[in-house]
Amino acid sequence: MATARPVRAGLSGPAAASRDPVESFVRRHRSRPLEALPWLIAIACYFAFPDYDALGAQIFATILFALSLDLVLGYAGIVTLGHAAFFGTGAYAAGLLAAHGWGEPLTGLCIAAIVAGLLGLATGALILRTTGLSLLMQTLVVSVMLYEAANKARPITGGDDGLQGMQVWPIFGRLPFDLFGRTAYWYCLAILFLGWLMARQIVHSAFGRSLVGMRENPARMHALGAPVGRRRLILYTIAAALAGIAGALIAQITQVVGLSSLGLDRSGAVLIMLIIGGVGRLYGAFIGVPLYMIAQDRFAELDPTEWYFWIGLLMVLVVLFARGGVLGLVQSRLRQ
Amino acid sequence: MTSLLETSGLSKSFGALVVANGIDFRLEAGARHALIGPNGAGKTSFVNLVSGVLHPSAGSILLDGNDVTALPQAARVKRGLVRTFQISALFRNLSVIEHVTLAIAERTGVAGDLIRPAGRHRAVVEEAFAVLETLGLAEDALRPVSELPYGRQRLTEIAVALGLAPKVLLLDEPAAGVPAGESGVIIDVVERLPPDIAVLIIEHDMDLVFRLARRITVMVQGTVLAEGTPQDIAADPRVRQVYLGEHGPR
Repeated sequence: MATARPVRAGLSGPAAASRDPVESFVRRHRSRPLEALPWLIAIACYFAFPDYDALGAQIFATILFALSLDLVLGYAGIVTLGHAAFFGTGAYAAGLLAAHGWGEPLTGLCIAAIVAGLLGLATGALILRTTGLSLLMQTLVVSVMLYEAANKARPITGGDDGLQGMQVWPIFGRLPFDLFGRTAYWYCLAILFLGWLMARQIVHSAFGRSLVGMRENPARMHALGAPVGRRRLILYTIAAALAGIAGALIAQITQVVGLSSLGLDRSGAVLIMLIIGGVGRLYGAFIGVPLYMIAQDRFAELDPTEWYFWIGLLMVLVVLFARGGVLGLVQSRLRQ
Repeated sequence: MTSLLETSGLSKSFGALVVANGIDFRLEAGARHALIGPNGAGKTSFVNLVSGVLHPSAGSILLDGNDVTALPQAARVKRGLVRTFQISALFRNLSVIEHVTLAIAERTGVAGDLIRPAGRHRAVVEEAFAVLETLGLAEDALRPVSELPYGRQRLTEIAVALGLAPKVLLLDEPAAGVPAGESGVIIDVVERLPPDIAVLIIEHDMDLVFRLARRITVMVQGTVLAEGTPQDIAADPRVRQVYLGEHGPR
């Protein structure tokens, strides 16, 4: 290994004493106690709010969706308005399986992940060649085309009536999905946990750090000899698979798949949730999604006709006063 | 002597604008070679052509005897052809040590690792820190580059390049924009670069050029006007006329 080391004394004496940076860098990926907080809250909420298990399960699945968007947007710097394409594809994959005689939920998730991942690979290979606004438009085009295809394929998807007749079997053949969403709550929480572990691993890996480099300055990564295009495509595929799992979760717990799962609204909503929580921080999804969905639930009850206004107001406040989302706000307060 | 880097008839034009016109250039092993010329002479374009940011309209580039004209930038980097940027091109929010770690991770091929945490590749981090120590950047290792004075950012730029273990190092105005008080450190660093690296330095600062270079190439309007030792160049009347003006070196 040809290392560039000109005039240099060995690593001894004062040099050795100042080697803390290496230690702190090497330990950076280790877990911190604070990271257990979301999971403890999730477990506590099960006992504190027993009537909201179904909403909780949906929140967990949506967090997974937002987390996959955070990988794409926050880490690889790919701005997308079409992330629902993968969510919806996963939802339809799991839904069609369950409606046609294979209701085993875990294999359903795996197949949804594979189908959505392949879609991510195929479309990513085409559209990731571009950047900026034209990339944004192409992500939009992919999801709109899929939406229309699902709409036209009425005999298969049910069109705008939605896909009906799903029969989801008990988990491991033992734990049936109940009306109150108790099984769904733990099922979604467990899958979210696995998805988060995977995302966390990727973000802290050497691969993940090179993604951050690409987000900050892609030209410089080229000059470091990095295969920028290939890495972005790998990440896009992984994130698409995660989004597919999120869609499959929602399909399995609600036992219905609608066209809206592929819609622009959903791509936009998840983007807003992530921005409220904080982009590129891995935990933004854990704050933004519950905030948005609980606010939505409350506003819809208090003000059924104009609840969207209040969501809009929340968004305006975030953009005005908390550019980095809630997490960004907390971080800058801590620094002061 | 063998030439590590050689261009022949290298040309590039954007429509009517010719930025490189048949440039023949050789960089020997262990060279300390300066490329000078007035603004707009095509020096940075030449670096962009050699490093693969631009693709030439005609001519060829040989690296260590192999034709790399058609290779993309990343592939040239893998073969040891490394450059720095005139305007610091860094990752603003990342720490200094992370910059060098990214470079070494790319060179050693661990950057594709999706599973193991970056910190587990301890050898990479150790090597990055060793590079920082040689450049006097160790105490700033954990600071984001955006917080550093510009001179330190320029040093980081060189540290990143060294992390790639270059055979040929193209330094595009390493001291550009650095306050006079800080440029001495950069000159020292360039002076102390390992002798086995062939260095091509593009620079406006004549003090720096005449202190570092053993050979100088003068470019004017996309062509090579003169090439030779610092004494030859200083004595060349054409060079004095177009470039050095009335006052020569020092």
